[in-house]
Parts: sequence; C-alpha cells; structure tokens
Amino acid sequence: MKKIFLGVTFLLFFTFLVVSAVNMRQFGEPIFSEMDDYFIENAQSETGANNVVASVVFDYRGFDTLGEATVLFTAVVGIVALFRRVTK
Amino acid sequence: MKQMSKIVRTITNLIYGFIIIFGFYVIVHGHLTPGGGFQGGAVVASAFALLLISYGGVNSEKLLKKDFLSILESCGLTMFIGITFLGLGITFFYNFLANSGDWFGNTTVIGINPGDMNTGGVIPLMNIAVGLEVLSALGVIVIFMASAAEFTKNKENL
Repeated sequence: MKKIFLGVTFLLFFTFLVVSAVNMRQFGEPIFSEMDDYFIENAQSETGANNVVASVVFDYRGFDTLGEATVLFTAVVGIVALFRRVTK
Repeated sequence: MKQMSKIVRTITNLIYGFIIIFGFYVIVHGHLTPGGGFQGGAVVASAFALLLISYGGVNSEKLLKKDFLSILESCGLTMFIGITFLGLGITFFYNFLANSGDWFGNTTVIGINPGDMNTGGVIPLMNIAVGLEVLSALGVIVIFMASAAEFTKNKENL
C-alpha cells in the first residue's frame, strides 16, 4: 500500500517536471529584462567602467559586496579563534 | 607537513612569482577585464597555498607571516568601508570619482573600446581593497590550518 502510494506520488511529480520542462520558455529570453537592459545601456556612461559586472558589483549593488567582505572577515575571525594555540 | 620533493620545489620557485603577478593583474584590471577583487585575491592565495604545501609549514614561516597578513586583511576591509563613506556627500556608496576628470575619472568611449586604466571612478580602488582583503583572508585561513595540523601531529607523535 505504502509502495503504491509512493509510486503514484513519484509518477505525478515526474510528469509535472517533464511537462514544465517541455513548456519552458527559450533559453536566453527572460520575461522581465528592464533591469538588464538598463545596466547594459547605462553602466558604461554612468560608472565609466568597461566591465559591467564590476560596475554592478561595486557600484549599483555595493551593499552586497560590503556584506560579502564582512562575511569573509567574520569567517577568518572564527577560524583564527578555532585554530589558535591554547597554552596553559 | 614535510616539504615535498626537489622537483615540486623547483617548479614552485619557477611559477610562484608569476602566479602572484597574474593575481595582481586580475585585481588591478578588475574594471576592464573579467575578474576583480575576489577572483584575483583567490589566485594570489592559491600561490600561498602552493608555497605552503611544497615547502612545508615550518620552512615557509619566514615568507608567510600570519600577523602581517592579519593586519593586511583588516586594512583592506577598513579601506573598503572608508571609500564607501567618502561618497557620503551625496549618498552612501556614491561613485564620486567617475567622469570627474580627476583620479580614475576619465570618461569612457561608449561601446567596444580597448579600455583605459584611468577610468571607473571608485571601482578600481574598491577592487584593490577587496583584493587585499581576500588574498590575506584566504592566506590566513590556509596558514592557520597548516600550523594547527602540524601541532596536532607533533602532539600525537610524543
């Protein structure tokens, strides 16, 4: 009984996955692309950097990079505290 | 960790400097080419790891100093936060140097262009700060783990 139930659930889930994979939209054609178009058109003139990814990471989404750097710093502090030499 | 064979050490001597130069190239050209602070810092830290495993923890202590790298890491993060506060006249994280004609302030040609080092405003400075932080952070992690492994091994052999 349990096996039949599991099999039916698996089949339903599998058909759902297959149907959604078939109906997926084309690769490289997102529904919402206003943000991407804005970055691609204006990043060079606004930040002066050729690398659009760098201008997003360090200018438009700078807070994310600040958090990342702080997370890395905190990780190093934790590792130094974990591996420090304990002397009596 | 013991040091590895003569072959490995010779090859390390040959390519160690080139890996570090390539890492700093990736950091400094972060606003023109793919890559940036995080990636270049990881490349430099991989050179540290190579030196550490080929020469062993004890022999490479002269070259890789824990305290210096820790201070460098704190300096990198402080520099990054300081640059973010410099644009506070308009907003936090404002790119006040871009297109100003000053330091890193040349205007870029829109479209495909060979690239000018002197553009990007605050982005190259932040790349350098983050690069310093990442390279010293990963270096400190590797060095501390190596020295802890060595300590444990000595303790077990007693």
